[in-house]
Amino acid sequence: MSKYYLNYLDELESEAIYILREVWAQFENPVILFSGGKDSILVTHLAKKAFYPSKIPFALMHVDTGHNFPETIQFRDDLVESLGVKLIVGSVQESIDQGRVAEEKGKNATRNALQITTLLDAIETNKVDCAIGGGRRDEEKARAKERFFSHRDDFGQWDPKNQRPELWNLLNGKHFEGEHFRAFPISNWTEMDVWNYIKRENISIPSLYFAHEREVVFRSNSWIPISEYLKLEEGEKVEKKKIRFRTLGDITITGGIESDADTLEKIVLEVSAMRKTERGDRSDDKRSETAMEDRKKQGYF
Amino acid sequence: MQIDNNQLLRFTTAGSVDDGKSTLIGRLLFDSKSIFEDQLESVSNTSAKKGHDGVDLALFTDGLKDERAQGITIDVAYRYFTTPKRKFIIADTPGHIQYTRNMVTGASTANAAVILIDARHGVIEQTKRHSFIASLLNIPHLIVCINKMDLVEYSEEVYNSIIAQFEEFSSKLLMKDVRFIPISALLGDNVVNRSKNMEWYQNGTLLSTLENLHISSDINKIDARFAVQTVLRPQTEEFRDYRGYAGRIASGIYRVGDEVAVLPSGFTSKIRSINAGEQEVKEAYAPMSISITLEDDIDVSRGDMIVKKNNQPEQEQEFDVMLCWLNNDAIKPRAKYTIMHTSNEERAIIKEVVYKMDINTFERDSEDSNLEMNDIARVKIRTTRRLMLDSYRDNRNTGSIILIDENTNETVAAGMIV
Repeated sequence: MSKYYLNYLDELESEAIYILREVWAQFENPVILFSGGKDSILVTHLAKKAFYPSKIPFALMHVDTGHNFPETIQFRDDLVESLGVKLIVGSVQESIDQGRVAEEKGKNATRNALQITTLLDAIETNKVDCAIGGGRRDEEKARAKERFFSHRDDFGQWDPKNQRPELWNLLNGKHFEGEHFRAFPISNWTEMDVWNYIKRENISIPSLYFAHEREVVFRSNSWIPISEYLKLEEGEKVEKKKIRFRTLGDITITGGIESDADTLEKIVLEVSAMRKTERGDRSDDKRSETAMEDRKKQGYF
Repeated sequence: MQIDNNQLLRFTTAGSVDDGKSTLIGRLLFDSKSIFEDQLESVSNTSAKKGHDGVDLALFTDGLKDERAQGITIDVAYRYFTTPKRKFIIADTPGHIQYTRNMVTGASTANAAVILIDARHGVIEQTKRHSFIASLLNIPHLIVCINKMDLVEYSEEVYNSIIAQFEEFSSKLLMKDVRFIPISALLGDNVVNRSKNMEWYQNGTLLSTLENLHISSDINKIDARFAVQTVLRPQTEEFRDYRGYAGRIASGIYRVGDEVAVLPSGFTSKIRSINAGEQEVKEAYAPMSISITLEDDIDVSRGDMIVKKNNQPEQEQEFDVMLCWLNNDAIKPRAKYTIMHTSNEERAIIKEVVYKMDINTFERDSEDSNLEMNDIARVKIRTTRRLMLDSYRDNRNTGSIILIDENTNETVAAGMIV
């Protein structure tokens, strides 16, 4: 008998497609949470495969902090158009204007935590019963405990100590009115797997992931891009550097790394030699040891 | 790193804090260079704060707040590492008695189980419990690590006597492939690097054993089973009459032209095409996610199973299951549950508890019919309609079920069809 086994990337792909199809079969109104980052782009790519030759049957939902890289928004709009899917935008700015949340103050103020309210509002008003995310278990210790199908109560909260056991490939998405689920089809992928797959499939991603010249300032051990939302502190110096981003989030807190990697091949090489985790450049996770766990319990991505 | 043809191996680790399980995982990650600088820095800081000498490897697997406070693992946590030979997923499960449900969960998809024995204590109740679960869940490979060899002066005699103890009780269990490795997770002997302290041990380290396990035949390649998850009907200009049956192959191999039967209706047809994503392929095998079109226009929907005409599963409405109870609410006699089996869903009642298993002594108790959290029992189940099923021993995917409480929507039990 010849080789009847899958290599690890094919197996991860097959698992993710299985989960996406289960979401479609078990829920009324699922959406893909789309941030414009590589993980949500990957999930969208996998959804295209899962339902071919049909269109992706999910809308993309973007929680917009208002502090975006312009490149991300352009990329999002182009992708939505080429796929012919619906785009739902939940705006943090609107949540602030409506008094639903208050802007953080101080030097390291971000809109990161504010996204929770906007996200839960968008889920509720659009009657979403399953939000598909690009979360991966290797990212962070709270995420290491996530299920593929993760239950959220009617306050949108996650109870990590009381999760439904998930056995074999049997996914229980049953829920009551008002509750919803998060689904994580790429739970088992690592950063390296994501890059290897993006390279293999030649998936298009925002230019921000490739090395480029940009004005930046060195803060909390990484290069923060200059933008209209960034307040410079005394003594901080704007420099021009060749950098790229390993993750994409709110422009005010996403740090870049110095790099010459301007092709997918070079990125894969660079990531495999990397000695720091990708979230190591995200100041939102540096606030405390349990920063991610605390946000997740409240309903964060 | 060229790893294009590498396979994925999932394994579960069982043991308690005292066995050094967290230290072992930390050691595997650390010595295989899967720890990043910022993780190392954070763990070094915490180690120093706690007053530990050097880096406490166990802290790499530290999880949620409560777990750190209590020094235990509450839930299944997943860890990842890659070597030039394979990608690994570890389902790290807690060992103490009240968490049988997590062990069962972690074991359900594992190719291999790593069981830890403290060399000073030998086989204890917990070892038996873990081995029983590994055998019940039909994990294809079992690796028994005799840990803390440094504390018994790396003695070959101690090692051999523990193997003898293990073989004595495990003769009652069904296990295909069992291996023993003497290690010290704390000092790194035989985990990733070969030990200089145990020249008498000739076989592979834990990592090289994991890298070389033959896992291609872990999946059943004989009995073709394909449960339909959803039907793809694009209704576009180009694909006007297209009806693709989407699902993940549970076992076996499918080829274009195969004569197939659609169950439960029993209608037969031939496979016209197979798609893996946008790609049309001539054959596909487990565990690929594919979509199939048939030559004939038959009514097929979610929950149906497409199988080979000459190799069909049993169709039963009443069957025996080894059930593991997973919920705080005990079993309710005559209560109705939702049963999930492949992509199928029916209602079910538990007609009878045949016997309950004592997982420490492997004794059967046919008097006790009360099932509580972490109990394991053989039961008779009756469903509203027939299910297309195989025995769990033959097929993990078509031989497994879960029960859902209709009042709470919680998954209350997991079952293996006998």
